[in-house]
Amino acid sequence: MKVRKAVDLMKSVVKGTGYVLVHTPDMVLHNGTTQTTERIVNPDSEYLKELPTHLRSFEQAVSYWPNQVYIGNKTPDELGAVPQPWHDKVCESTDRYGRFGQIMPQEEFLLLIQACDVFGLVKLEQGFVDGNRAALAANPMMTEEILARIPAQQTSAEEIARLVREEHSEGLYHHDELVGCVNRAHDIDQNLSAHVMHENLVSKASSVMALLSGIANAGINKNEIEYVIDCAEEACGDMNQRGGGNFAKSAAEIAGLANASGSDVRGFCAAPAHAVIEAASLVASGAYQTVAVTSGGCTAKLGMNGKDHVKKGLPILEDMIGGFCVIVSRDDGVSPEINLNMLGRHTVGTSSGPQDVTTALVFKSLERNGMTVTDIDKYAGELHNSEILKPAGGGDPAVQFFKVVGATAVMRGEMDKGDLKDFIVKHGMTGWAPTQGHIPSGVPCIGFVRDDIMSGKIKNAMVVGKGSLFLGRLTNLFDGVSFVIQANSGAEEAGVSEEQVRGMIAKAMRDFAATLMAQAE
Amino acid sequence: MDLENQKRVKELTEQYGAENVVVLLGAAEGEASGLAAETVTNGDPTFAGPLTGVSLGLKVYHVCEPEVKAEFDEAIYEEQVSMMEMVLDVDDIINEMSAIREQYCKF
Repeated sequence: MKVRKAVDLMKSVVKGTGYVLVHTPDMVLHNGTTQTTERIVNPDSEYLKELPTHLRSFEQAVSYWPNQVYIGNKTPDELGAVPQPWHDKVCESTDRYGRFGQIMPQEEFLLLIQACDVFGLVKLEQGFVDGNRAALAANPMMTEEILARIPAQQTSAEEIARLVREEHSEGLYHHDELVGCVNRAHDIDQNLSAHVMHENLVSKASSVMALLSGIANAGINKNEIEYVIDCAEEACGDMNQRGGGNFAKSAAEIAGLANASGSDVRGFCAAPAHAVIEAASLVASGAYQTVAVTSGGCTAKLGMNGKDHVKKGLPILEDMIGGFCVIVSRDDGVSPEINLNMLGRHTVGTSSGPQDVTTALVFKSLERNGMTVTDIDKYAGELHNSEILKPAGGGDPAVQFFKVVGATAVMRGEMDKGDLKDFIVKHGMTGWAPTQGHIPSGVPCIGFVRDDIMSGKIKNAMVVGKGSLFLGRLTNLFDGVSFVIQANSGAEEAGVSEEQVRGMIAKAMRDFAATLMAQAE
Repeated sequence: MDLENQKRVKELTEQYGAENVVVLLGAAEGEASGLAAETVTNGDPTFAGPLTGVSLGLKVYHVCEPEVKAEFDEAIYEEQVSMMEMVLDVDDIINEMSAIREQYCKF
């Protein structure tokens, strides 16, 4: 007899996650803002001349340790045991597919971008499509419906060259060859320019990959997704509603989520944490049973620290578009739950001083729940791959965050200063995520946290998302939110055994018989 | 240093005069502090922003340097900065900042 475990309808759980990377070396050259700015300001610079020789091959990107961690073939702990530099080491796992997702090569991704375009803006060269269609079809995440969106009849190389030369189309390159373009969607509207459409279609396509991976890993049917929340950093709309949206629904359409609606959440690097809290709240309230939080990556940030990488003789490490998906669903009695009583938030009235920020994001919710800093097994703040940032003087934001949490605990008298080092090792994790803005902010840990909670290695983790709002020039306020993922409390008290059920039935029968006998008397 | 911040430093310097401007940094690393300090003294080392080739030679300090710390109300410093002081490699920051000031500061 199969016994259902106890479930709590007012709880939301992390049902699964998806993490994808796309290797886009040509987009580093043509779409990263460090490079596009340099081309305007200093077109003959040594940097631009030297840059192409620093690009990695797909094989190099796949065998790069932090990338293997991102897709779940290696753990952050395993990465932490490997001394830097990482770029000159080959990870023993060189599989492009991982437990959480995959690393997609550029040629497959360019075809996927076309599949994601519903306005006929993406033109690809006939031979390029013919040569790569089979590779995309072999990708286990692809469906017949998605593949059918790539037309048999494509465009000639001459016509693509003309569109780029005369019609302001944004070129799509592969191995430095023009193989396609994204046309502008309007003649004068800057918000629908070829550049913006390219950026948005890349975000959308990588979000589709993340969604498909997340759903596959959660082991659910696509039709179970009722709502999608996109938390990327791009904006789509025309000149009358710049940022009108809706990335979420547009990606859900291509992913084939017929039962889903959706909307976009924005908040710079803090957006993913905001989005997970909103998804958990929607599920816990009963509004929706299953919500997908998703995000694609960002072309503008490709090669952002390229100048320092080239200057220091490193490969261009920012050649990956990132995407992630977290599937939040109604309690299943097993999956780790999101504790909505343990939310931290940086309010308007909180200063931007590191101590105040950390108190607001980490310590207030601990305090409210009668906990101290060591009651949380793992903390996740910025999870950037420090090998990318250190050459540019950016330090190690992951370690910096754990230090700040520990130091604040010392100031509050919750910990001795001498224990600071141990705290960082025990409660922190080595950063591995690509510097794609919102992508490294807390959420990359959720796949590993889910695994470690399910296996009993840890009991809980606090995910912190922080964002720099000043970049939008509307406020100087800092922002951030946090939430706690913990073992499913239902799992501990659940599990009525078959024997117990038999006993309960037998007792009910006996009680029933006794009632009948009493009535007969 | 952020391009917009470079522009603001440049504009404030034009408005008040280089001798009247002090740039106060709060960067988390010695190297990042050094890069920002170099930008407002010798010019933008990345050749990307408005301070490219512009040597303002401004006075520039990190908030954790002793000269700056001495200027603060102790209680406020304790409340706002002391926690980060515990976390940062203050000696490394002081070394970087002093080296840049000795080389490029004009005041």
